[in-house]
Amino acid sequence: MFFFEDITIGQRREVGSFTFTAEAIKKFAAQFDPQRFHLDEEEGRKSLFGGLAASGWHVGSACMKLLVVDGQRLAREAAARGEKVAAWGPSPGFRDLRWIAPVLAGDTIKFATEVVSLRASSSRPEWGVLEARNTGTNQRGEPVFSVLATAFLYRGETAAAEEVLEPRPR
Amino acid sequence: MNTFVFEDFKLGRLGRFGPRRVTREEILAFAAEFDPQPMHLDEEAASRSMLKGLSGSGWHLCSIIMRMMFDGFIGRTASLGSPGVNELRWLAPLRPGDEVVLDVDVTETRVSRSRPGTGIVMFKAVASNAAGHALCEMESPIIVQRRDQATAER
Repeated sequence: MFFFEDITIGQRREVGSFTFTAEAIKKFAAQFDPQRFHLDEEEGRKSLFGGLAASGWHVGSACMKLLVVDGQRLAREAAARGEKVAAWGPSPGFRDLRWIAPVLAGDTIKFATEVVSLRASSSRPEWGVLEARNTGTNQRGEPVFSVLATAFLYRGETAAAEEVLEPRPR
Repeated sequence: MNTFVFEDFKLGRLGRFGPRRVTREEILAFAAEFDPQPMHLDEEAASRSMLKGLSGSGWHLCSIIMRMMFDGFIGRTASLGSPGVNELRWLAPLRPGDEVVLDVDVTETRVSRSRPGTGIVMFKAVASNAAGHALCEMESPIIVQRRDQATAER
């Protein structure tokens, strides 16, 4: 697992792929983003997207899912080797999210994450602040999604130490 | 009901939408599907996290904001979609039972250079809980048809 001290700028990791079925696109859209081009094939074809298109928030959420699941897999493997496991904190947000091209029904998107910057938190020196460019690429190799995301990463050696930390001031 | 077109969006306050109550079940279901971190799934682990208690995924809150914007105005707008989000900040945790309200402002409007039949409307949206604490703020553009274009196609 990535510890603060082990992370280098430019480090890149493929986190897996996600297939957006028509059924999954419509289910997410019905709940969170019921614009016509996310719910109906014909409306999608008539739209700028040219087909039934996944909500951008569905694409972002799928990227999050793969980042989390792949990170948990790495943590389990590290634990199985008897290594300590790094602790991730919450994210303060992101910048420059781009839905570059539509994600259409049947598309399979491969997601990756690349470390852009790393610094100690000024308010909480026990934590590092990591910035990563997360990207999604479709089955034709075309970029469809990109976001510059920020997350807290514990700098110590044990996940349990986060217990002593105070919540962020609001 | 009239459909909002580009010309209908003026700089300044667009409106306040909600409240939208977010249940524990919704938080757990979203987290299980898209963000299975212990701080979003497990009370005990969440109590030990930086957020000190069960909280909704940030992406869940984003998705709820999207739905509130849809119900508030996008569902009645000749929207062609959004190219992205300039910036989004998660300011405080979304808690089970929160009643989320959304304040939306228009911060910029301009005609698209590449598609003159459309315009870009920039929104700033702030989601807050019932106590008035801001949970999330974001700035994002959407592409909206201009009036002559909308009329020609409908």
